[in-house]
Amino acid sequence: MIWIDTIVQGILLGGLYALFAAGLSLVFGIMRLVNLAHGDLIVLGSYLILLLVSALGLHPFAAVLVAMPAMFLLGWSLQKLVLNRALGEDILPPLLVTFGLSIVIQNALQESFSADSQRVSAGALETASVSLGPVTAGVMPLLTFGSAILVILALNHLFYRTAIGRAFRATSDDAVTAGLMGIRPDRVFALATAIAMLVVTIAALYLGTRSNFDPSIGPARLIYAFEAVIIGGLGSLWGTLAGGVVIGVAQTLGAAINPEWQILAGHVAFLIVLLIRPRGLFPREA
Amino acid sequence: MTFLETQGLTAHYGDFQALFGVDIRLEPGETVAIIGANGAGKTSLMRSLTGVLQNAPGQILHKQEKIGHLPPDTVMKRGIAMVPEGRRLFPSLTVEENLIIGGQHKGGADLGDRIGSWLARLTGSSGPMDVAACRDGSGYWTLDTVYALFPVLHERRHTPGTALSGGQQQMVAIGRALMSNPEILLCDEISLGLAPVVIRDIYAALPLIKDSGASLIVVEQDISQALRVADRVYCMMEGRITLSGRPSEISREDIHTAYFGAAA
Repeated sequence: MIWIDTIVQGILLGGLYALFAAGLSLVFGIMRLVNLAHGDLIVLGSYLILLLVSALGLHPFAAVLVAMPAMFLLGWSLQKLVLNRALGEDILPPLLVTFGLSIVIQNALQESFSADSQRVSAGALETASVSLGPVTAGVMPLLTFGSAILVILALNHLFYRTAIGRAFRATSDDAVTAGLMGIRPDRVFALATAIAMLVVTIAALYLGTRSNFDPSIGPARLIYAFEAVIIGGLGSLWGTLAGGVVIGVAQTLGAAINPEWQILAGHVAFLIVLLIRPRGLFPREA
Repeated sequence: MTFLETQGLTAHYGDFQALFGVDIRLEPGETVAIIGANGAGKTSLMRSLTGVLQNAPGQILHKQEKIGHLPPDTVMKRGIAMVPEGRRLFPSLTVEENLIIGGQHKGGADLGDRIGSWLARLTGSSGPMDVAACRDGSGYWTLDTVYALFPVLHERRHTPGTALSGGQQQMVAIGRALMSNPEILLCDEISLGLAPVVIRDIYAALPLIKDSGASLIVVEQDISQALRVADRVYCMMEGRITLSGRPSEISREDIHTAYFGAAA
């Protein structure tokens, strides 16, 4: 029975990793941009929520609604003013720019909030749990997983059922020809990053309420996000959820065997999937 | 008023110069053919006309306005659409989505376009395009009229565009360009790589497109096909116009000389 409980906890943890990864997957799927600052942007979002909670006395779930428009604007401006200038045939400039951005964010957060670890209090929700038959699950992990499914559903709907989604896919396929259709690729990219930042803000909420965070933990979140995206298959949103679940289950199983193996087990699962299916579990057709 | 005109058009790819002082014009309701061998500069001319290659503003005029510096999306919103060489359908879109996306952005999300359109309506003048007409689908070309022109596309509307045969893909590419209800349609090598019977079907659609109110520029390597549909012909060689005139006024020897650079 304890194994079922462990697997369920792993699946729920996978929801958090899927949230870390969904924005990364969206941006990569549309503009083939690997954003090395993605993890730091999640941490930045957590600090913004912390600031809103402590300054305005808002509940974290209300603070996230205030943070979202700000993060949307940040994403749009970042892409429009900085990242679009680095995009092109050569993949190196965007990597260097986002690597630099990662360092800037970490240092700015350290300067502003110190290196001490912080946590956003979600009150009674933090300890609330529900019984699901033989398994007991925390309300926050359930909310996290539910949010991940809703985010993936919403992104899929946007991607495959709306005019904006058509423009996203067309620009991803062929930006020059998309221009001939009246599409401005630079604006499409800015909108995609802005939407990714909405997802980042949701991820930031759960990062901040479920664990301690400090300015230096962004790169580790980026690695989990990368692994989830690659396990799931580049550009596949449902694959990203599956990738998060694979890492989550591997980590909880590893921790059940030996607590020191938790992080290692996730990375090993990633390597095994890469060996068996190098293009991931559900790769998007080129 | 001349619809579209180039004046001493030059184009470069880095240090390589592809066009050398090209002068062409397109009058309302005309079909103009641009013929020439591989590497003559035909596609560079098309890329310049659509804004893919940037030029000096005054080298391209659309209704007397300088547009040589405008990006592709703005050129398209002025009513100039292109069927690109090699079709270039979007692989992740179905046939119907490929068609829809051809028209969905002509309405122009630009604030400037919207203000321009409102002002045009307020002042009773017509702008370079009617935004409202595009939005409500009141232009001639809609999904229904494109499907009527190419019925096979309706049957395969939920298929990925790139899963179709070459001829059907060309139909999608033409339909996609038509969905923006262009005043000017640029067709770049629409017969390239297609079987003769398919080329005949594709070319049979051009008069219908012209009757809908569009003026056409057709780029072709197939001289006889181009001469059959064109009101006027330009021949290009090595980035220059080497011959121009009405098909009835040009002899085969003239074309041969202008096309290959030597008399037959």
